[in-house]
Amino acid sequence: MNLNATLFAQLIVFFILVWFTMKFVWPPITKALDDRAKKIADGLAAAERGKHELELASKRSAEVVREGKEKSADVLATAEKRAVQIIEDAKAQAKVEADRIVAAARADVEQEVVRAREQLRDQVAALAVAGAEKILRKEINAGAHADILVAIKQGL
Amino acid sequence: MATENVANAAAHSGPTQGEYIVHHLTHLNSTGEAQKSIVDWSVINLDSFVFSTALGIITVLLLWFVASRATAGVPGRLQAAIEVLVEMVADQAKGIIHDAKSRLFVAPLALTVFVWIFFMNAMDLLPLDVLPKLWEGYYAASGHDPHHAYLRIVPSADLNITLAMALGVLSVCIYYNIKIKGIGGWVHELFAAPFGSHPVLAPINFLMQMIEFAAKTISHGMRLFGNMYAGELVFMLIALMGAAWAGTHSLSGGLLFAGHVIAGSIWAIFHILIITLQAFIFMMLTLVYVGQAHESH
Repeated sequence: MNLNATLFAQLIVFFILVWFTMKFVWPPITKALDDRAKKIADGLAAAERGKHELELASKRSAEVVREGKEKSADVLATAEKRAVQIIEDAKAQAKVEADRIVAAARADVEQEVVRAREQLRDQVAALAVAGAEKILRKEINAGAHADILVAIKQGL
Repeated sequence: MATENVANAAAHSGPTQGEYIVHHLTHLNSTGEAQKSIVDWSVINLDSFVFSTALGIITVLLLWFVASRATAGVPGRLQAAIEVLVEMVADQAKGIIHDAKSRLFVAPLALTVFVWIFFMNAMDLLPLDVLPKLWEGYYAASGHDPHHAYLRIVPSADLNITLAMALGVLSVCIYYNIKIKGIGGWVHELFAAPFGSHPVLAPINFLMQMIEFAAKTISHGMRLFGNMYAGELVFMLIALMGAAWAGTHSLSGGLLFAGHVIAGSIWAIFHILIITLQAFIFMMLTLVYVGQAHESH
């Protein structure tokens, strides 16, 4: 254990190495450590936020589902009502149409009756004339008594 | 290796056990001879200086390599390992030194000291005779007397190295004493503490303070030196036990060889604890002493 100049050399090396470590080693490593700590803290905060947001979102989605259900029930009810309405309308329309057809048929029938009566009248007149002709052929000229025939025809 | 060394040496009138140990405890210095006087500032221990500087450079380059690639993302294994060290040192520094600005200097200092001393101590785990033997071969090949091929590879078993680091810490302590308390405040403290401010007590206070500084620094350096020196010496004694077997072919010789293997293993495993612990103690004392420099009495 002798002392000599190694001591001074070592002293100088000591401070050079300490300076180097202080300048180039310590700051980047502590910075990396601090950054990582911050990253982890941020990550944890983000996870917490995410959890919170998830809760909100699930609440919101439940709300939306509920609203949707309500709306669909409304729509269904309206549609049913509308269907009933349409059926009722159709029924009413059909009834009107049927009445119209019946009325038209009745009018036709009446017209037919009138026409038949007209024909019948003509034929009865003709028949009457023919009968009278046959009767009168023997004693009367049809031409001479036309005014009487018309008067008869009108009287029918 | 010790076996070999001593056996070889025995072949040509080699060293006695005493000579073997003395040879191993002699530094390779600038004179080429063992230093005669206790203190001689004209001599420099080349082995300690080269090994300690090389290990210091390896230390800071390793740390720098990791630091320059450090990411805040997922760290690799090496980065994680260095981060463990950095956090350990940073935590200790935070607990002891409450001045955040001082920590910017003192915490890296503590980290450097810890890793560097760990590496210097770890040189003790290399087989005792490998590097000295290689050096002896080179020394002889380059035309020198191999008996003078001294080499000690554990820098922290050299008092110059450990005391220099302790003195470095002392100078940091003085720097912070003056920086925190002001030159006047510190001088006042030197004469007023620990017994109180009184003209009669001033010299006693000053004496106590000087003793305290000297004791702190010397014990700081000596503790590490003593541990590593003793550890090295035990390795040498274990090696000698194996070496004693080389000359004999008896049962006791075989037992000596087994003793070398068993004792060497146990001591080396135990030494893993010692080298880490001593590096840690040196670092902690560095922080404690610098922390004390921040406190006013």
